[in-house]
Amino acid sequence: MVLDVNWAVKWLTLSAQAMAEHRVELIELDRAIGDSDHGENMDRGFQAVLDKLAEAPPQTPGAALKLTAMTLMSKVGGAAGPLYGTAFLRAATSLGDSAEIEPEAWATALAAARDGIVARGKAESGDKTMVDAWTPAVEAARKAAAAGDADVLTVLVAAAEAAEAGAVATDPMVARKGRASYLGERSAGHRDPGAASSALILRAAVGAAA
Amino acid sequence: MKKLINDPRAVVDESVEGFGLAHPHLVTVSADPTYITRKDAPVSGKVGLVSGGGSGHEPLHAGFVGQGMLDAAVPGAVFTSPTPDQILPATLAVNSGAGVVHIVKNYTGDVLNFETAAELAEAEGVSVRTVLVNDDVAVEDSLYTAGRRGVGGTVLVEKIAGAAAERGDDLEAVAAVGERVNANVRTMGVALSACTVPHAGSPSFDLAEDEIEIGIGIHGEPGRHRIPMENADGITDRLLEPVLADLGIASGDKVLLFVNGMGGTPLSELYIVYRRAVQVLAGRGATVERSLVGNYITALEMQGCSISVLRLDDELTELWDAPVHTAALRWGV
Repeated sequence: MVLDVNWAVKWLTLSAQAMAEHRVELIELDRAIGDSDHGENMDRGFQAVLDKLAEAPPQTPGAALKLTAMTLMSKVGGAAGPLYGTAFLRAATSLGDSAEIEPEAWATALAAARDGIVARGKAESGDKTMVDAWTPAVEAARKAAAAGDADVLTVLVAAAEAAEAGAVATDPMVARKGRASYLGERSAGHRDPGAASSALILRAAVGAAA
Repeated sequence: MKKLINDPRAVVDESVEGFGLAHPHLVTVSADPTYITRKDAPVSGKVGLVSGGGSGHEPLHAGFVGQGMLDAAVPGAVFTSPTPDQILPATLAVNSGAGVVHIVKNYTGDVLNFETAAELAEAEGVSVRTVLVNDDVAVEDSLYTAGRRGVGGTVLVEKIAGAAAERGDDLEAVAAVGERVNANVRTMGVALSACTVPHAGSPSFDLAEDEIEIGIGIHGEPGRHRIPMENADGITDRLLEPVLADLGIASGDKVLLFVNGMGGTPLSELYIVYRRAVQVLAGRGATVERSLVGNYITALEMQGCSISVLRLDDELTELWDAPVHTAALRWGV
């Protein structure tokens, strides 16, 4: 398995499917501690990504991610648009023009994406945001990539599993950033919608490579 | 859920289209990307004022586009901030060369999207200043949250900064007036019932028949705490107390009192709240010099209200009184 542009397009396609399938679930998570729009916005944004990919097929994984970044930034709105837009843009920049992504490069791209989210949203680990899915994913990916004979699938799986665990770990947290922060203690007991959608996207990356 | 809509996904587009048809002498509606501009924009030599945010708060912001107030409004999806690809062309469309002020309510999404658009506008040679509105005293612990939200005070910032721009103030001066309004206004809101986002289909939070939610924002997000239902005077006291304490209202202060409906509360009830608020202010020795009562910044069909108090000085009073001609506010012209 190589992570080339076909993989990237399949990843984004599966991400769009995941957003459509989990639209109501994400709306419900957001209804509990936010304003009920996350599932709707992510679904609308990724459908627009599919349209753009069909209009102008990208030539490299980096180009596919850049197209995704621009589309999410212009179509999603809310906090998720700029945050995911920045994440995909930083990852695209990190990947550059390379035709195939090596395990190390993927871990580095994930770290760049996470750093972008932190820079834009100014959230830290434990604030009950998507950072709580991304940071464990970055660490797991780095660790998996550092193992001598790491293959890309192992790295993708490690990141997805860590992101999923990270999203679950937001359940008891008290939100300190984003709209859920206004609830104070009452935000505990609910999963952060952005962490949940992040885990879905990183899981789709595995599906595209399987 | 019963709503007068056709398709949950077409709510904003169809509503904005109708708004344009209803007020063709005041505004121009641009579609794809969606934004609303003052009919005569850009007004030569005048600083442009742009605001925007999620839809569902009507008449905010499109209802305030016109002479003496906003030059452009940028509506996002319901309760979702607009995107830079809308904010940028709206900014360029109202720039006469004197620069543009963005009036942004302090929500993470709005801040991020307007910030990006401002950077892009600067890159195209347009000077942009941002006035961040954060008047909501319900948010007690700004260190551990995204900070105080922009709520009722937004309407007052848009009116008064709009008047400053209309009389010919330059970019820095218009932004400074907007910031002065924000520094002198505080707001607190209450919900008697939740609201339903069209595409979500169920109420944004669950509130029992005998409960109210104190400290709500304008997005159907739950507030700070909930308490058993009280009468209008009791609720008014509860909302006004933290507002006056935070502003440090003292005897002799002159204020503008703004009682805002959240969309589902009749005007008659808003006046009952207003009546009590005037009594409380009089008890503090403060004088209500100007007033605004009505549904101006709403949360769909939510029942409830917010109370805003703005400490006035002569200049702010004069700017408040200046002529305004928009779909939702009109006097002096």
